[in-house]
Amino acid sequence: MIKLFKVKEKQRETAENANGKAPVKKQSAGELRLHKDISELNLPKTCCISFPNGKDDLMNFDVSIQPDEGYYLGGTFLFSFQVSPIYPHEAPKVKCKTKVYHPNIDLEGNVCLNILREDWKPVLNINTIIYGLFHLFTEPNYEDPLNHDAAAVLRDNPKMFESNVRRAMAGGYVGHTFFPRCI
Amino acid sequence: MADAAPPSKSRDLDKLLLRPGNLVGPTFDPGVQLRDDLQEYVKVLVVGAGGLGCELLKDLALSGFKNLEVIDMDRIEVSNLNRQFLFRISIGLNLDCLSLVLKRNSVIMGPMGRLEDVGKPKAEVAAKRVMERVSGVNIVPHFCRIEDKDIEFYSDFNIIALGLDSIEARSYINAVACSFLEYDFDDNPREETMKPMVDGGTEGFKGHARVIVPGVTPCFECTIWLFPPQVKFPLCTLAETPRNAAHCIEYAHLIKWDEVHRGKAFDPDNGDHMKWVYDEAVKRAELFGIPGVTYSLTQGVVKNIIPAIASTNAIVSAACALETLKIASGCSKTLSNYLTYNGVEGLHSKVTQFVKDKDCLVCGPGVLIELDTTVTLQKFINMLEEHPKLLISKASITYHGKNLYMQAPPVLEEMTRSNLNLPLYDLMDKIPKDILHATGTINKDNKKSSGLKKLRVVFKGIDGVTDMDLAGGA
Repeated sequence: MIKLFKVKEKQRETAENANGKAPVKKQSAGELRLHKDISELNLPKTCCISFPNGKDDLMNFDVSIQPDEGYYLGGTFLFSFQVSPIYPHEAPKVKCKTKVYHPNIDLEGNVCLNILREDWKPVLNINTIIYGLFHLFTEPNYEDPLNHDAAAVLRDNPKMFESNVRRAMAGGYVGHTFFPRCI
Repeated sequence: MADAAPPSKSRDLDKLLLRPGNLVGPTFDPGVQLRDDLQEYVKVLVVGAGGLGCELLKDLALSGFKNLEVIDMDRIEVSNLNRQFLFRISIGLNLDCLSLVLKRNSVIMGPMGRLEDVGKPKAEVAAKRVMERVSGVNIVPHFCRIEDKDIEFYSDFNIIALGLDSIEARSYINAVACSFLEYDFDDNPREETMKPMVDGGTEGFKGHARVIVPGVTPCFECTIWLFPPQVKFPLCTLAETPRNAAHCIEYAHLIKWDEVHRGKAFDPDNGDHMKWVYDEAVKRAELFGIPGVTYSLTQGVVKNIIPAIASTNAIVSAACALETLKIASGCSKTLSNYLTYNGVEGLHSKVTQFVKDKDCLVCGPGVLIELDTTVTLQKFINMLEEHPKLLISKASITYHGKNLYMQAPPVLEEMTRSNLNLPLYDLMDKIPKDILHATGTINKDNKKSSGLKKLRVVFKGIDGVTDMDLAGGA
């Protein structure tokens, strides 16, 4: 390869930025795969996506979910998505931005959804994550909870759970915690 | 001319470069000229000045390369001193045997306050030390992130040697190196645009060395699917049912931190933050009766650290330096193309020849499309449906991070609809040829699947578009 290197050296000395521009950095493979996932999104009416940084930044976006059945009917819940450059090798980071009384979502916004952590596979995509999040509202589960108080109430006293959820969504206290209105 | 070669300080190198052989590369031309050219013309970049980087700089300098540059964004820490041997504990401990001992043993704290190198930038200290020990070599250090450098910086180098420690960094450099690759009209890679990389990695007793020649061997992205998924514990296990020390540590790191330090980001390089996590992890472990939480395990789990061993680094970087020499000089056929080393029990080493992915988005040729400058984006999207190699319908188009048109979701479709009537040539900043990507539904053999394709677009009739290097790559 030495001959090539010498040729290049001479080329560089003689040809100064002729016509072309220097090669611009191309998109990472992660961004391209994300572009594919986003362009194929097939969301139900209950889920709505928005891009706070404009149409050219797909790595950071928000999804709002309005369940149309179950305990959380009528509420609006906002999730933020942060996608890494090595997507889909790494799952997107998803946090719940709305304070919610839910056995699988804690008060800091951490979401316990298996496909976001231990069950993530590169073959999954943004659509599957959004459906997974939607499922959390239609079928909250009290096994392996993040909010053990809520989980215990759901397990032992579903009627009280239902009224707690309603009170939290309307804006009010459940136990010592205040939940802002989200309905 | 070759017979009257003056003896050089490096007899071993002479044996490789001054005589013909049976295993040499196809363009090998032995002689003094080769040895001198190696020193004068070849520029090598070493990425990373840590365990592998230090060894690489030493090996390359001693292998006859005289123009080296090194880039690393970190400063030296005490824990580096057991193997990153270019960094010293105190002045005066420069005796060869003593530095050999320090090199191979765990940290021996010098007299307090004489930790001379700790805190200084790794790249600068490494460069200085190697230049002191090897005469004639010139090493330019860069104390910054690899993302902070322009593409032009990387285009200067003939070979890039990697001593990195993350998938993300490798993916970035791979994308940069492969961005120089151009294909001719027959979809063959053009040799003068190939920028070879030699990538090394280590983890405890295991390591790898691979040769990446964009367009010929698989690039990093071609084989990225081989990595196993990262170990991630379910959040609910951390919150409710921890069973081992790592669970307790991750609970403190991921859950408890945010509860207490609302808004403040956790910094793994901040000793106070790490200590806080360790203390919380200990409390958690006591609560559940789990043994094994130590400060060093905390660091390991939080920063994903596996203890490093000097000998593994030495072996892997020796392999890398040798491959760099082979690529530059042609003195032997190169490793083809992935070497793995395992020293856990005894020693096992194997070379596997991976093949490149012809559809790779980073190093693949993509599909060549020639267009007039008047073609609108809408017309282009329609063309993709008919193109025999593509057959993509309802395509969304992206160019250098800009989304030219998105079919979905509705909010993005609205934002990009106005581009449809514009000439693609204008949308591509009036560059005669460049790469863009299309994603959509592929209809092949009556089967529908979704696809993401790389497209090489060339605009016809622009002055100066010939089969030559166009964009400033030297």
